[in-house]
Amino acid sequence: MKVKRQTITLDDLDWSILRLLQSDAKKTYSEIGRKLKVAHSTVYERIRRMEKYGIIKKYTVIVDLEKMGKKPVTAFMTVFTDPKESETVAKKLAEMKEVVEVATSLSEELLIIAKVVAETQENLHAFIAQKVVPLPGVLRIRTSIATRKFKESEVTAEI
Amino acid sequence: MTTFIPAQKVLRKLPRENAFYFFTSIGNYTGVSAASLEEFVKKILEVNVKSLEFHLYRGDFQKWVEEVLEDKNLANEIKKLQQTKLIGNDLRDNLYLIVSKRYDRLKGAS
Repeated sequence: MKVKRQTITLDDLDWSILRLLQSDAKKTYSEIGRKLKVAHSTVYERIRRMEKYGIIKKYTVIVDLEKMGKKPVTAFMTVFTDPKESETVAKKLAEMKEVVEVATSLSEELLIIAKVVAETQENLHAFIAQKVVPLPGVLRIRTSIATRKFKESEVTAEI
Repeated sequence: MTTFIPAQKVLRKLPRENAFYFFTSIGNYTGVSAASLEEFVKKILEVNVKSLEFHLYRGDFQKWVEEVLEDKNLANEIKKLQQTKLIGNDLRDNLYLIVSKRYDRLKGAS
């Protein structure tokens, strides 16, 4: 990993470590070292630096709701807003527990795209109708419900 | 049996969070809303007819009229319309007739 004028560049070893941690963040330095044929102290040092510079933001837990007998509905919501209110709407959405990702997009108009998870389609509709639509500045909403998921991951190589 | 309710109450302007928001399907908001019975009458004529079908057969109109506007009589009329299984502009015309008639009556009484 190199740090030059606020820009951080990762080398192949850093990326390999990240890939292994993303598949299982509980892997030990020794296990990673053995896999990558480097000393565990090297792994420790690389991870420590990536944490220090914020490359590794946090270690988290992915919960499988289906194992608890739940079949959550995932939907992608495009919110058309008054440009003056977009940022406020995006921030409000970010605070809601049903919204797991939210971003703004500039295409022909300023849009907000949000990934929403709800227990049922009816709960999804109620959430949008009662919590999202009444927000000042929301003009209209298009929602697509995901039926099959083919991939879900973080960036695991240089792009 | 008809229930007495003060006309002014049913005709009041509602806060934003209690307005009726028209969707065409789950999560797809048209951008059309009504924050009073008067607006609701107008929007029936303007909104995509798919939205009227969506809400009528889910019981959303009936629920909003009964719980938010607190007009049980109109809610019952809408419930009867739900049983006719009308779609398209026939549905729009009949819904408009029922709601506008009720609006005119309440307006005259207020």
